[in-house]
Amino acid sequence: MAYYNRSSTGDNLARGLGWFSIGLGVAELMAGRTIARWMGMEDKTNLIRAYGVREITAGVGLLALGDPKPWIWSRIAGDAVDMATLVAGMEDNPRAGNARIAFGAVVAATALDVVCAQKLHQEEAYYRSLPVPDYSDRSGFPRSVSAMRGAASDAPIGEDMRTPRILQFQPAQGQTAQSQTATS
Amino acid sequence: MRALVWHGANDIRCDTVPDPEIEHPRDAIVKVTTCAICGSDLHLHDNVMPGMEKGDIVGHEFMGEVMEVGSEAKSALKVGERVVVPFTIWCGECDQCKRGNYSVCERSNRNKALADKVFGHTTAGLFGYTHLTGGYAGGQAEYVRVPMADRTHIKIPSGLTDEQVLFLGDIFPTGWQAAAQCDIQPDDTVAIWGCGPVGQMTIRSAILLGAKQVIAIDCVPERLAMAKAGGAITIDFQEESVVERLNELTGGKGPEKCIDAVGMEAHATATLDSMYDRAKQALMLESDRAHVLREMIYVCRPAGTLSIPGVYGGLIDKLPFGMSMNKGLTWRMGQTHVNRWTDDLLNRIQEGQIDPSFVITHTVPLDQGPEMYKTFRDKRDGCIKVVLKP
Repeated sequence: MAYYNRSSTGDNLARGLGWFSIGLGVAELMAGRTIARWMGMEDKTNLIRAYGVREITAGVGLLALGDPKPWIWSRIAGDAVDMATLVAGMEDNPRAGNARIAFGAVVAATALDVVCAQKLHQEEAYYRSLPVPDYSDRSGFPRSVSAMRGAASDAPIGEDMRTPRILQFQPAQGQTAQSQTATS
Repeated sequence: MRALVWHGANDIRCDTVPDPEIEHPRDAIVKVTTCAICGSDLHLHDNVMPGMEKGDIVGHEFMGEVMEVGSEAKSALKVGERVVVPFTIWCGECDQCKRGNYSVCERSNRNKALADKVFGHTTAGLFGYTHLTGGYAGGQAEYVRVPMADRTHIKIPSGLTDEQVLFLGDIFPTGWQAAAQCDIQPDDTVAIWGCGPVGQMTIRSAILLGAKQVIAIDCVPERLAMAKAGGAITIDFQEESVVERLNELTGGKGPEKCIDAVGMEAHATATLDSMYDRAKQALMLESDRAHVLREMIYVCRPAGTLSIPGVYGGLIDKLPFGMSMNKGLTWRMGQTHVNRWTDDLLNRIQEGQIDPSFVITHTVPLDQGPEMYKTFRDKRDGCIKVVLKP
């Protein structure tokens, strides 16, 4: 099973990055054209909006889908795609300076993502190194399981908890399934 | 007194609060000697169960000594008696109580009007479990007021430890009812999803009631080990396909009886429907994650029975109801009619047929409760059942 601790430093950082992802994603989705224009990359407006959807998905994953590690790695992959897009967009771009600022911000976010991923993996390694408690002797029964099987078959269970005979899979003793159906 | 108090999502604190007092002649005040954190308390801790308010005292699995008795409860209870308190409060006088359906008592929920609106008709009042079920103070505290105490108690004879009998208040009868309402026959295969405390009790109950084969499904190694100790064949859902393995173990027919001991917070696995549920729950478009229900419906043998002791709170999505209808499945569910079972189960504990204390993995003072909620939720330190000592 995946190990993660929802109160740990790594998890808190992952949650922070999850909210950041959602914020950035909403901004990219709603203000894609403005952002693209600011970076001198108007032809990439739809691409930036698509990246917004990707960010929101990663944010929801980090905040709500349990183990954050796969989602942090998806953010790192997304960061790489962002950086490649920005580098490609800097050529013949009169606003290359703004694109470089954006590139710097992505590098900073990537650094945080990598630190977070590292922390989460360290925490998992720590939990995996702890000894697993041995509960193999905790049956709760005074004798072997085979000896206890059916020990309470005489329990007082009301008729409202019983299955109608016709829906029972085993015919009563001395009855065939057919005769049971006929008499029901 | 000190008590564990709900302050919001992931925020339960050990606070000092006013002592409870007798408010009605049928009340009693119980000094809590031992209480426990139940899996369903985690739904409150995680704030996925609607109806909590800041300042609510949590906890519905507790026992102790009677300190004070209201005038109308004196014929049934005496100061100094040792009692386990069932989590369902019942009046003993309404139509439902007369039929033994204590968890749907018509009179014990003091917020009946609200419950009528939300559920259509009210269910019983519960301790420490939202204002939908009465907003009663819970038992993770030094003292607790027990309403309708002349009925809402289980007297404990001397010679048994708190740990042996505490779970008569919830998880033992809950696991028992889950198995009992399957009407287990000697040739039945019973598949149980979830090896938490209720799942563990359900496994033992199914064995005692005579199931030929009990199969337990989970992914936590120590929980699977405990399930195996209790007589179950285990399936680790992260290692193998639940559907394929269940079909293999039942000659391709599927288990006759399927029990959901997981409820509304089924874990995200690699399955698409689990991730869909987590995302919808996060966006508040769905309250309950129904992966286990879907899997049970799919794998259950036609004309079989689904039993649901796991707690659900509201709305679920993408439930294959057509599959269930066409397979002719019987659904059995509900909160536990605790006192319907406890005389018999107490006898079985006294006779030594079962010792429910096997499930306890952590015992700590009450003030460590908030931290233990997190340990229990995250399944750290081999945690399966936490007992608190006020």
